[in-house]
Amino acid sequence: MRIEYEGALEIKGNLLFFETIENVGLNEEVTIRSNEKTLKGIVSSINEKITVIEILGEVYELDLQNIKVEFKYKPVQIPLSEEMSGKVLNSFGESLDNSIINIEKYQNINVGAYNPTRRLYPKDIVKTGFSSIDALNTLIKGQKLPIFALSGLPNDEFVSKLATQIEIEDSVVILGAIGLRHERAEFLINNIVKNNQNVTVFLNLANEPAVNSIVLPRSALTFAEYMAFEKGKNVIVILYDMTNYANALREISAKKEEIPGKKGYPGYMYSDLASIYERAGILKGKNGSITQIPILTLPDDDITHPIPDLTGYITEGQITMDRNLYKKGIFPPVNVLTSLSRLMNSAIDKTHKRFASQLYSSYAKAKKIEMFASIIGEEELSETEKKYLLFSKKFEKEFVNQDIGRTFEETFDKGWELLKLLPESELIRLTDEEIKKYING
Amino acid sequence: MVEITSINGPIVNARYENEYPLMNEYVYVGKKELIGEIIRVTKDEITIQVYEDTTSLKLKENVKLTSSLLSAYLAPGILGSVYDGIQRNLFNLEERVVRGAKSFPLNMEKKYYFKPSVKNGEYIKRGQIIGLVEDNNFIYKILSEFEGKIEDLKEGDFNIKEIIARVGENSVRMLTKRPLRITNKIKRIPLDEPLITGQRIIDFMFPISKGGSASIPGGFGTGKTVLQQTLAKYCNADVIIYIGCGERGNEMTEILEEFPKLVDPRNKQPLMNRTVLIANTSDMPVSARESSIYLGITIGEYFRDMGYSVALMADSTSRWAEAMRELSSRMGELPMEEGYPADVSSKIASIYERAGKIETVNKEIGSLSIIGAVSPAGGDFSEPITMHTKRFTSVFWALDKTLANARFYPAINYLNSYSNYIENLKQWWEKIGNWSEIRQEFNNILSKDEQLQKIVKLLGIQSLPEEEKLTVYIAEIIKEAFLQQNAFDEVDAFCSTEKQMEIAKTILLIFNIFKQGMLQKIPVETLKNQKIINEFIQSKYFIKNDEYEKYEDLREKIKQYYENFIKNYGE
Repeated sequence: MRIEYEGALEIKGNLLFFETIENVGLNEEVTIRSNEKTLKGIVSSINEKITVIEILGEVYELDLQNIKVEFKYKPVQIPLSEEMSGKVLNSFGESLDNSIINIEKYQNINVGAYNPTRRLYPKDIVKTGFSSIDALNTLIKGQKLPIFALSGLPNDEFVSKLATQIEIEDSVVILGAIGLRHERAEFLINNIVKNNQNVTVFLNLANEPAVNSIVLPRSALTFAEYMAFEKGKNVIVILYDMTNYANALREISAKKEEIPGKKGYPGYMYSDLASIYERAGILKGKNGSITQIPILTLPDDDITHPIPDLTGYITEGQITMDRNLYKKGIFPPVNVLTSLSRLMNSAIDKTHKRFASQLYSSYAKAKKIEMFASIIGEEELSETEKKYLLFSKKFEKEFVNQDIGRTFEETFDKGWELLKLLPESELIRLTDEEIKKYING
Repeated sequence: MVEITSINGPIVNARYENEYPLMNEYVYVGKKELIGEIIRVTKDEITIQVYEDTTSLKLKENVKLTSSLLSAYLAPGILGSVYDGIQRNLFNLEERVVRGAKSFPLNMEKKYYFKPSVKNGEYIKRGQIIGLVEDNNFIYKILSEFEGKIEDLKEGDFNIKEIIARVGENSVRMLTKRPLRITNKIKRIPLDEPLITGQRIIDFMFPISKGGSASIPGGFGTGKTVLQQTLAKYCNADVIIYIGCGERGNEMTEILEEFPKLVDPRNKQPLMNRTVLIANTSDMPVSARESSIYLGITIGEYFRDMGYSVALMADSTSRWAEAMRELSSRMGELPMEEGYPADVSSKIASIYERAGKIETVNKEIGSLSIIGAVSPAGGDFSEPITMHTKRFTSVFWALDKTLANARFYPAINYLNSYSNYIENLKQWWEKIGNWSEIRQEFNNILSKDEQLQKIVKLLGIQSLPEEEKLTVYIAEIIKEAFLQQNAFDEVDAFCSTEKQMEIAKTILLIFNIFKQGMLQKIPVETLKNQKIINEFIQSKYFIKNDEYEKYEDLREKIKQYYENFIKNYGE
């Protein structure tokens, strides 16, 4: 039997203030009915008089006098089933094409933190086919490695190529589309799904209410955990765009009249983002893994903005984009100097380490010389410095820039070729044997 | 009867009748018995900070008072443990930290051999050693918490809860309890011995004393965590407390996998045997993050009072401050700068002021050094937490994005960093060599280089006169051969103070040789571009710590090479 309560006191944005009834618990699910409308909600705070309910859905035309609330006495759950694979679902895990799914079970979307003593430290390389990542900022299975995108750059192309190029055994891809515009979502779905049958999309469009954006990554990750830790899959979760997520969080926080931190974002945004990002990893005694690639568009290209800043503190590195590379026609426009993979060191072999370090430092030095050359003119440069300029140009055009995915071997071959452009005395990060084998050999 | 009246995230209010709740009392909240602490008491209501997720908590559920303050449990066996912010033993918890989970921090069954070091009938002072217990090759000193005549003193195998003696009315056990937030007054003694970290840029340039306090501010990607971990691995403290306060889960896992495999160079024991880890990762409940630092300090003081040197690393104190911000905002307190509560600065002081060096009742020297990482929002060092931390710490290792981007690690900015312990440590270092002088020389070269770099950027190094080129090239050698250090290289990860001195001396020698060469009109660039210089720069990877005498030979080799080179130049 359905028991519904009346007692709405006030609606403000997505918040419903309701007379408190007995036995309701914090963060539990409710169903709100008003006239023809049925909406979901979550209990967000309780005192003896008032229960505050966050409404997950459009609040237009809600009629205060006619609101009825049904309390579910349990936290928000989504259905789980292997049949969800390959489908397009909404924030609540419901199929958008109305196909019938045999549900295996329901699961809370908010769960306790992983015990760090039960995690396994990630150590296996995930090949992405992009030299700028594979060689210098290697992605590791179980890592959370965000991409700091810039508006106006071919971010969607990069994301879709990445999703389809990624190579690990027994893998599935989950795309969590958060607050995306129609065109962009369609592009991604078409491009990724076309090349990979194993993609599940959780879709939340820009014109949906902000709370749906808050629920979506948690639903996507709940499904990811099910596929990884119950079905043994290596799951790649792409969350795009976390900037939309953070803005939705700010919107809701402001409506709750919470005290704002930097730039209006709530003071707890770090903990909130952490509760999403930390759901990546590998667990002892489980076969699967969750590798997370959150994508966020830097507001005004500013890496010190709270969204990328807090993300950077939680995630294990970052892949950054560069507007200048884009203008030079380089795809993907990855700036390897400001990118970083924190987990690569324990996964790659010694030669790879030195190879990466040498390429990295040579390119960094070349960039300095480039800047310098733009002031004093190329003619004034020494012979060695001129060699660096050539190296830098080729590095961008031939190493970073690529139409199709490369194997690890192809990436390495290209890298050694480039290092041959520099005088041997400059290759101080390599051992003599490596110089003999790869540079002179 | 204490009954819940409102719930807002981790902040819960409850009404009480016929009970006497205490400020900072430890309580159990609701049916699941979530752990909490009382943070406000009014005439009929209390406010509780709950250390666990409050989902599904309901009004009218009960709160159980315990009459005890939030405390740390301390006893033999504590080294090697991994705790969350409220000292639950993480090894005994599930894959996910479920709510209401309980796990006593110490092994209560295990028997330890207690060997008394006093006699029955002796008059015992507070803090006096009454006996010793060995576990994993570490000697725990059992201190008396009471003053009076000791009686019923036992010897033999006991677990930590069994009574091993009596002092007056009081029973003495190996297990003791100390409230987290109470600072015991200590009498400090001068900090004249360095905490050796094996990091050249720290030990030689910006050293920290045993019992000192240091802060490491740095935006993300500047290597804060790697540096903290390196310090935890190599510093010469007897006990390490490492607090992962709101940091990445995988980082704690890395330490957990690595430390048992690493060997303490001094006693050949697994590193974990001298370490306590506190892991309250970023996704764990925020209030437990707030308590984690106090827990670490309290455990540190336990060992300090035994006469050990303790080094505590907290990564990061910003997350701790943010936890306070979150809680105070839930309580509706008036915010100050960037939303932080008004008392954030005194709270920061209250942490670092617990560092220090003491002479114990037993005439032993104990110290607690506190090294806090700071994660400034936007990498901006003028934000409140970095600023206040700077006020209350004596050493400042400023991590620098530009250096990190150039993969220059440790990315400690050698111009902005400082140590207030130079004078204190002078005597110690002068036993190894001409420390003050060389250090000063390095500082001069580096700051002169910094000025010249502005010109170099605009006009190129060729535009400088030879003398100034010399400064730039020597600065480059100092940076490459000395300041830069590879935490992932077997040999270079730790550099003994003797080896540090030898490398420094060699750089000075090169400096002097180049000056001579310059007098012979040899371009400095030519002098620098000799293979032997590269050989020297690489030497830090090949010459091991115990082979530091080899630098003597290397210097001889360099001297002879350049004598020849200068003599034959131009022929």
